[in-house]
Amino acid sequence: MSLSDVPLVLLLVGLAAYAVLAGADFGSGFWELVAGRGPRGEAIREHAHRAMGPVWEANHVWLIFVLVVCWTAYPTAFGSIMSTLVVPLFIAAVGIILRGTAYALRSGVISVREERAVGWLFSLSCVLTPFALGAAVGGIASGRVPVGNAAGNLITSWVNPTSIAIGVMSVVTAAYLAAVYLAADAQRLHEPDLVAAFRARALAAGVVAGAVAAGALVVLRFDARSLFDDLVGGAGLPALLVSVAAGLATMLLVRAGRYEPARFAAAVAVAAIIAGWGLAQNPDFLPGLTVRAAAAGNATLWATIIATALGAVVLLPSLALLFGLLLRGRFDPGAEHPVTPSSPAAPAQPASPRAAPALAAVIALGALITVAAPDWAIGVGVALMLVGVVAGFLLLLRPESL
Amino acid sequence: MSLILATALGPVDQQYLLQARQMQALSFAVHIPLVCFGIAFPAMVVFLEWLYLRTGDPLFRQIARRWSKLMLALFAVGVVTGTILSFEMGLLWPNFMATFGDVFGLGFAIEGFSFFLEAIFIGIYVYGWDRLSPRLHLLSGIPVIFAGITGSLMVIAVNAWMNHPGGFVYRDGRATDVQPWKALFGNPHLWHELVHMYIAGYIVTGFLVAAAYAWQWQRGNRSRYVRTAMLVPLTVAALASPVQVVVGDWAARTVAENQPTKLAAFEGLYHTERGAPEHLLGWYTNDEVKYGIKIPKLLSLLSYHDPNAKVRGLEAVAPDDRPPVNVVRVSFQTMVGIGTLLAVIGLVFVVAWWRRRAPPQSRLFYLAVVAAGPLSLVALIAGWVTTEVGRQPWVVYGTMRTSQAVTGADGIPVGYATLVIVYVGLGAAVVWILRRLARAPLEAPAGPAESGVGSGVPL
Repeated sequence: MSLSDVPLVLLLVGLAAYAVLAGADFGSGFWELVAGRGPRGEAIREHAHRAMGPVWEANHVWLIFVLVVCWTAYPTAFGSIMSTLVVPLFIAAVGIILRGTAYALRSGVISVREERAVGWLFSLSCVLTPFALGAAVGGIASGRVPVGNAAGNLITSWVNPTSIAIGVMSVVTAAYLAAVYLAADAQRLHEPDLVAAFRARALAAGVVAGAVAAGALVVLRFDARSLFDDLVGGAGLPALLVSVAAGLATMLLVRAGRYEPARFAAAVAVAAIIAGWGLAQNPDFLPGLTVRAAAAGNATLWATIIATALGAVVLLPSLALLFGLLLRGRFDPGAEHPVTPSSPAAPAQPASPRAAPALAAVIALGALITVAAPDWAIGVGVALMLVGVVAGFLLLLRPESL
Repeated sequence: MSLILATALGPVDQQYLLQARQMQALSFAVHIPLVCFGIAFPAMVVFLEWLYLRTGDPLFRQIARRWSKLMLALFAVGVVTGTILSFEMGLLWPNFMATFGDVFGLGFAIEGFSFFLEAIFIGIYVYGWDRLSPRLHLLSGIPVIFAGITGSLMVIAVNAWMNHPGGFVYRDGRATDVQPWKALFGNPHLWHELVHMYIAGYIVTGFLVAAAYAWQWQRGNRSRYVRTAMLVPLTVAALASPVQVVVGDWAARTVAENQPTKLAAFEGLYHTERGAPEHLLGWYTNDEVKYGIKIPKLLSLLSYHDPNAKVRGLEAVAPDDRPPVNVVRVSFQTMVGIGTLLAVIGLVFVVAWWRRRAPPQSRLFYLAVVAAGPLSLVALIAGWVTTEVGRQPWVVYGTMRTSQAVTGADGIPVGYATLVIVYVGLGAAVVWILRRLARAPLEAPAGPAESGVGSGVPL
């Protein structure tokens, strides 16, 4: 592996994380769409919605990560992809707006009727977005995106057998992941009815997802022959086998009622498909454009890698904290235990009457330096003003005066 | 155009360039107010929770908790509108991305991590009330504030680079010898933009939130809840807005140095001259400003702190290289005019509060605060129009024209119309959420402070 491949690995890791995390959020929306009416449907909707409340925003950021790594490390490929696949990507973008709006609305929604109207909007976007993103992936995978500014066909680049197959597969896998995760969440909440409901859904979706994946392979055989060959007979084969094995293991685990391990097996099954795509398509990024040729200069590649490594040092513990709290049930209903502060601090000392003029003088001095001093000193002036403002804020807003 | 240079994806002919620019501008205008809330609101919420932990007064906690719901809803909308922006970078300007993505992309990569932190900890904070220990809960708000700083640093670094590009050599339509760190952080144009925007975030959030409560206050709701919820954001904005005047002066001088043509468009100065005047109001036509109030030598004084300094006029560059003067000029004057007004409101408040430990008495002051909310938003948008339209016709100042950056794909008007419809719906949804959150009854045990419990209390 050369330096020019490293960002591609990051990109695929990001895509896999997006698929297994945000994918499940989309899948939850799918189950809300088909939950049916009545109290049982309501219970399913409620459960599906609650499970992702604290995490969907963080899950969504993986998509941003994929975009920015792509445009930084492989700018020509990014420009070509975005301009040719403008239609499905714009549809996905609109779906993302609708979904986020629905989330925001729900924080203010009260009545059941309103809840349903917003729910429709939400569920629609949860099907639209993964389909459109999958269709875009299909356009890239089947070699329909040439290098150039909107150089490919704006319609057939995403309305074609491979795109439709991968689009459908995205929707179905999302539903499958969501069903497995939601069964696990229901078990943690001790909700046997919901466990049974999502167990059945997970098993059914698993069968459908397997069938759709097999069908997609057949489509690739006729529509994207070279990718098919590399996936079934070449570099992608190990990943394909891992995916099949993990998919089967998930089914067995779900049947056995062991939902926590099933959660991870299902995620592996989906992530392996993405790894397989990357391996099978290597070394080509787009037709006639290898990964090496698409890559930015070494300085940019190193910068991307260093920034990602430093970012990961902060990100991974943060993600671990978030998902740790979530999976340990700390955000579950009934997990509240209100605490009042043990010892309210002693009343604060009244501020010295000279403090305010002193701070005003600091801000004024900062302003003077910023306006009148040479360039190098402006930083000092601005810093003085900001320090003065923060201190002034704390001085003015003492608790006893509020 | 006679001089179409080569670019990474080749030349392009796009008849809807203006619509593409408007679509991008619409997306920014929708997103930027939410960015302000992302920058400043977490700090206000965490401050109130900190007051609660210090004093044990449940009122502070009640406000913090209520605001945190609003913060999450606005963050959700900010997440998706921000995502649209990153899509549009590629969907509308593929040639810009293909040619320069490797130069400035790093900034967005780091911003991505800020965004991650913000999303993770905002989830922990808002869902963590009563579920984490009070101290841990307060701490979980700190990364959100921090991510607001780093996130704006990164995005502004990219914008500053577009306005004052460096860290690469442009050869045959390609960026070579790329030095991404230098391009983003070795840029003298970065710092004033960053500070200006960061302070704007506090001003806009402060005045908008304060305006909602000032409205209640001047209508006679003098509960302690309304008083506190008004005073906290108002104090922030009141302190920040006079400082912004000084920072704005710094920004103007830097623009004079790095982007003389943009500065000339601020005023509508056609001829290069010494002791250049400035006109208040007026309209730029036939190479001069008509109907304005002329103040001799002011432009030279403001730009170089020397009344007789030479200011370069628009004539110094070819007509093709000039921005649309009136758009820039009117936006600039709007920003400066409103900014001055906000600074005055701020000073009035700070002086009154400091001398009497009580907010100003007159109803007029609160009506001014009510107006300051939307006005601050107008100033914010006007400021961005000033700098971004002032950069035209360049996407990368002096290097790549916007017309070279645009997509070759059809259908821009369709996408634009769709986005307008979606954003009108989004706007309606946000208004609806705000009203709903405002009308929801106050939860939590009512302390002695509660004089306005019930449905009439805002937010």
